[in-house]
Amino acid sequence: MPERLYGIRHHGPGSARAVVQELTRHPPQVLLVEGPPEADDLVRWVADEGLEPPVALLGYAADDPRRAAFWPFAVFSPEWQAIRWAVRNDVPVRFFDLPFAYRLGGDTAGRRTPAAAPEPPPNATRPQPNAQIQPGAQPQPGAQPEAVAARSQPDSAPSQPDAAESHVDPAATPPQAGEPQDGTVGEAAEPPAGDADEPPAGDADEPPAGAQVEHVPQRPVDPIGELAAAAGYDDPERWWEDVVEHRGMPAFEAIAEAMAAIREDSAEDPDDLVREAYMRTVLRETRKTYEEIAVVCGAWHVPALTRKIPIKDDTALLKGRRKAKVAFTWVPWTYGRLASWSGYGAGVRSPGWYHHLFTTADEVVPRWLVDAAGVLRAEGVPTSSAHVIEATRLAEALATLRGRPLAGLAEVTEAAESVMCDGEPLRINLINNQLVVGERLGGVPEEMPAVPLAKDLAMQQRALRLKPEALDRDLELDLRKEIGLHRSRLLHRLRIIGVPWGEPPQARRGSIGTFREEWRLRWQPEFAVRLVESSMFGTTVASAATAKITKAADDAETLADVTALVETCLLADLTDAYPPVLAALDVRAALDADVGHLMSAIPALARTLRYGDVRHTDLGGLATVTAGLLTRVCAGLPSAAGSLSDEAAKMLRDRIDGVHTAVGLLADDDLRERWIGTLASLTGRADLHGLLAGRLARLLLDAGRLDAAEVRRRLRLPLTVGNPPAHGAAWVEGFLAGGGLLLVHDDALLDLLDEWLADIPADAFDDVLPLLRRTFGAFEAGERRAIGERIAGERQPRAEAGALGFDPERADLVLPTLSALLGHTIGGHTIGGTR
Amino acid sequence: MTALRPHAEDEYAEELALLAAADDRTRPPGWRLSPQAVVTYLLGDGAKITPKYVGPRRLVEVAVATLATDRALLLLGVPGTAKTWVSEHLAAAISGDSKLLVQGTAGTAEEAIRYGWNYARLLAEGPSEDALVASPIMRAMRTGTVARLEELTRVPSDVQDALITILSEKTLPVPELNTEVQAQRGFNLIATANDRDRGVNELSSALRRRFNTVVLPVPASADEEVEIVARRVAQLGTSLDLPEVPTAMEEIRRVVTVFRELRSGLTEDGRTKLKSPTGSLSTAEAISVITNGMALAAHFGDGILHPADVAAGILGAVVKDPVSDGVVWREYLETVVRERPEWLDFYRAARDA
Repeated sequence: MPERLYGIRHHGPGSARAVVQELTRHPPQVLLVEGPPEADDLVRWVADEGLEPPVALLGYAADDPRRAAFWPFAVFSPEWQAIRWAVRNDVPVRFFDLPFAYRLGGDTAGRRTPAAAPEPPPNATRPQPNAQIQPGAQPQPGAQPEAVAARSQPDSAPSQPDAAESHVDPAATPPQAGEPQDGTVGEAAEPPAGDADEPPAGDADEPPAGAQVEHVPQRPVDPIGELAAAAGYDDPERWWEDVVEHRGMPAFEAIAEAMAAIREDSAEDPDDLVREAYMRTVLRETRKTYEEIAVVCGAWHVPALTRKIPIKDDTALLKGRRKAKVAFTWVPWTYGRLASWSGYGAGVRSPGWYHHLFTTADEVVPRWLVDAAGVLRAEGVPTSSAHVIEATRLAEALATLRGRPLAGLAEVTEAAESVMCDGEPLRINLINNQLVVGERLGGVPEEMPAVPLAKDLAMQQRALRLKPEALDRDLELDLRKEIGLHRSRLLHRLRIIGVPWGEPPQARRGSIGTFREEWRLRWQPEFAVRLVESSMFGTTVASAATAKITKAADDAETLADVTALVETCLLADLTDAYPPVLAALDVRAALDADVGHLMSAIPALARTLRYGDVRHTDLGGLATVTAGLLTRVCAGLPSAAGSLSDEAAKMLRDRIDGVHTAVGLLADDDLRERWIGTLASLTGRADLHGLLAGRLARLLLDAGRLDAAEVRRRLRLPLTVGNPPAHGAAWVEGFLAGGGLLLVHDDALLDLLDEWLADIPADAFDDVLPLLRRTFGAFEAGERRAIGERIAGERQPRAEAGALGFDPERADLVLPTLSALLGHTIGGHTIGGTR
Repeated sequence: MTALRPHAEDEYAEELALLAAADDRTRPPGWRLSPQAVVTYLLGDGAKITPKYVGPRRLVEVAVATLATDRALLLLGVPGTAKTWVSEHLAAAISGDSKLLVQGTAGTAEEAIRYGWNYARLLAEGPSEDALVASPIMRAMRTGTVARLEELTRVPSDVQDALITILSEKTLPVPELNTEVQAQRGFNLIATANDRDRGVNELSSALRRRFNTVVLPVPASADEEVEIVARRVAQLGTSLDLPEVPTAMEEIRRVVTVFRELRSGLTEDGRTKLKSPTGSLSTAEAISVITNGMALAAHFGDGILHPADVAAGILGAVVKDPVSDGVVWREYLETVVRERPEWLDFYRAARDA
């Protein structure tokens, strides 16, 4: 037999074991593996002890590392095992999938459609159904690569190689979904975001604007789903596990036949056709040189490779494709990244379980549960051998109840949950994270070439004329200049991904509006390692920073943390991180029961919103969040205002002031109305602290909600006999807060106070005096004198002030200009108003 | 039949007989049905067997498999997640008898779990078999059936520990008579415990180890919950002889939506996060809010279920702690309910309530 085709399921441990068995039994002269041919040279690294799975082949366009794809390999991947076997036995290995260069190059027609909106494939004759398949269900193993869009969405966009393929023919392929998407099978294809749009012209720090959410493309049919349905299984994964993985013996012929039967009746994915044409071409070529050939590829492709197809058809399909220049390297990978929940649309749900299946020869279930018990014990949960015994029994009973040959992941998980975890979600998560997914990190030899993130950084450093230096260097940036702005962004972004090349602007004078930043730069060698770590998050500085900050927003515990992130986002200009951070802000706001926290978050947001900054950030979304925050504050404030100590009242007073100012900045009448309404409803409360009561009265007076008569009445109340003196003092203090200067300039207020003072009966005055001293004593001496002068020399200045001292018509002339400056229309009454 | 609420094995006797007749799989010793048939009985088969429990199949499978491995079963969950309901039906399906029940309370004594004495006889005849008063659990051991213990965590810890010997040795010694009762095959115990009681009388780890735990969740989707509520409301309406009120699906959906949103702290569209009140807002409470609203509508209203009829009920279910829950409820009204134009009636009614 000249050639043997081993149809496997990507990342299937059963397949991996079977492939090695078969290779040992029938050693071939050459091994063909589904994968990018450009990586052929990298195969030799597999022999290196330093290359330790999980690792991934990373391919990217040489001129634009943002367009990249990953092909991950775990120790239980059949391809990895096959390559390893070949390297050990000195058998040459060739990857024979469609070159990544083709995918990036596009074809002559230059079709490049956003992957998110697949069009009917140009070269497909049949419509493609794009059937919705259960994730998980896709068996096909295509390439396993997960192409990550290198672009700005590091975490969310990884796609597979297939995805990559989608590039190739971008239009034609709805990204292929082929590979199995769920966990078990290997890959899901998501089109790399990168490809989706035209690559931005190399301006590295402008992240392409919209990272689109991509949908996971699907193969036209779900072969394993159909086989499973035929066998009476509702879950295709489980069927594959029962029939293939747990059997422990090769069943390649049977799988190939089954796939052939399914492919007969299903529509073809155009992307597959192209790939398979290429595979056949390579196969034909290989036949010229070698007799004994072994082929390891996704089971889905097997029928296509055995089919007799004229050479010219394949050539026609492949003709006219442009090749892009690509580079490949090995990068460390983690099981976490392999697992679908970490943001991979595809991937393996339970790499840890597969690892266990692959590396454990016997007693699979008890060994797994012993490990689970170990995990729990390490966390201080007492777990005895009796627990393991009972869990094993339950897992087996469950398997029997469900009619499965062997307990699978579902059974052991449920057994562990029920027996060892007492149904506590925390413990269950522990087992899931540490065992089912497994926190295994791969390694690559040191001499391996660099990752795209490092290249992207190098490119930006060149473009921005910032050389890494080992010595401290001060740098002053003017944000009004393009280069200063870009440098600042780069430094901020690097800080986010854990590369603190620049120490932050130490003493930034003023707030966000500042246009000058001072940095201290120092490059340290370990940053290289950090870059590699961060390359998991994205292949450019911008995309990695976006991913990190998104994650930080998800993990943030308090509202303050998220508020800080909002500012970081602004500084680093991470447009794409903005929506998730805002969403997180919204969530924290909703969950934060402390009205105080909510209130202290508002002023900063309102400032940002009102004044923007030098960075021209797009602030959409922030307004909604801020309004939401304010609404919550209004709902919660009444219950937070009662029965406060002096200290707490002072704090709340400051917060109320902050929010009040912020509300003024927001220029939203509806919100303002609601806020003022809330304050008004508070004033009637008997248990309100004097400081607050006074402050509220003042705010309402300024807002025109209380007229002078009412204020006078209220002013009098706290100073009457029924109130303890401390209350009265606090009231006056709250009411007059804002400094003596206000009294000097605000006639209405001064009048009010003056009248009230004069009104105090002579015998009560002695009692009130100390209270007044408390407030007035806190004013500056200069202010007190000015107030005194106002009162003493009152008549004349007052007459002038009454006429406002200017000609309203002439004053109105400045209003249009003021309106333009402030960005909203100002009514004439604003001038000479109460404040 | 005049019982206000017939036992499960009586009410569903027909279904049980049907399943037993068609059941050709192996039955564990002492079981009336095979484990697969028990699962079918609980979840229904879409035809003659009505679903008793609507929820994840895997949970029911774990519960049944647990009982089949002769481990005791502990059903955990927030109030109103059908723990008792499931345990009753499990006992009915497995043993054909759901009456061997001990209600756990803070005052439950060891006699309720082991055995007590008929003191008149004890004085007259001295210790004898006849003077012994067997607990439901002891009877279950003798007959090889399933016993139930409600609210296990309400039982004082020292009394709980009386279960340890029963569950591990499957025997109950009676030292006074120098004898023992050995459990017959088929004996098992289903206990229920309330999540919210955690920490009140925490099970000792020795006892905990003897139970497999199954946590019953709140319904996964709104449609599922609406279905559960609608079905139970209809059943309750009949058995309580309430005047006919056209069941307003719209109101049921609304109540379920409000409960789900507050319970999960997230609106159904996933856009807005909310605070959760202290109450558990279970499906059972939703059922009683609707039933209550229907009684209001029938007796004091125009016979049609209006938003106002349920608003007060919802308020009562949500606001258990007048201070913190009040804020939660107001915030929910203002930020969520008010934004939904089609909920305007409800918003007004709820504000006035």
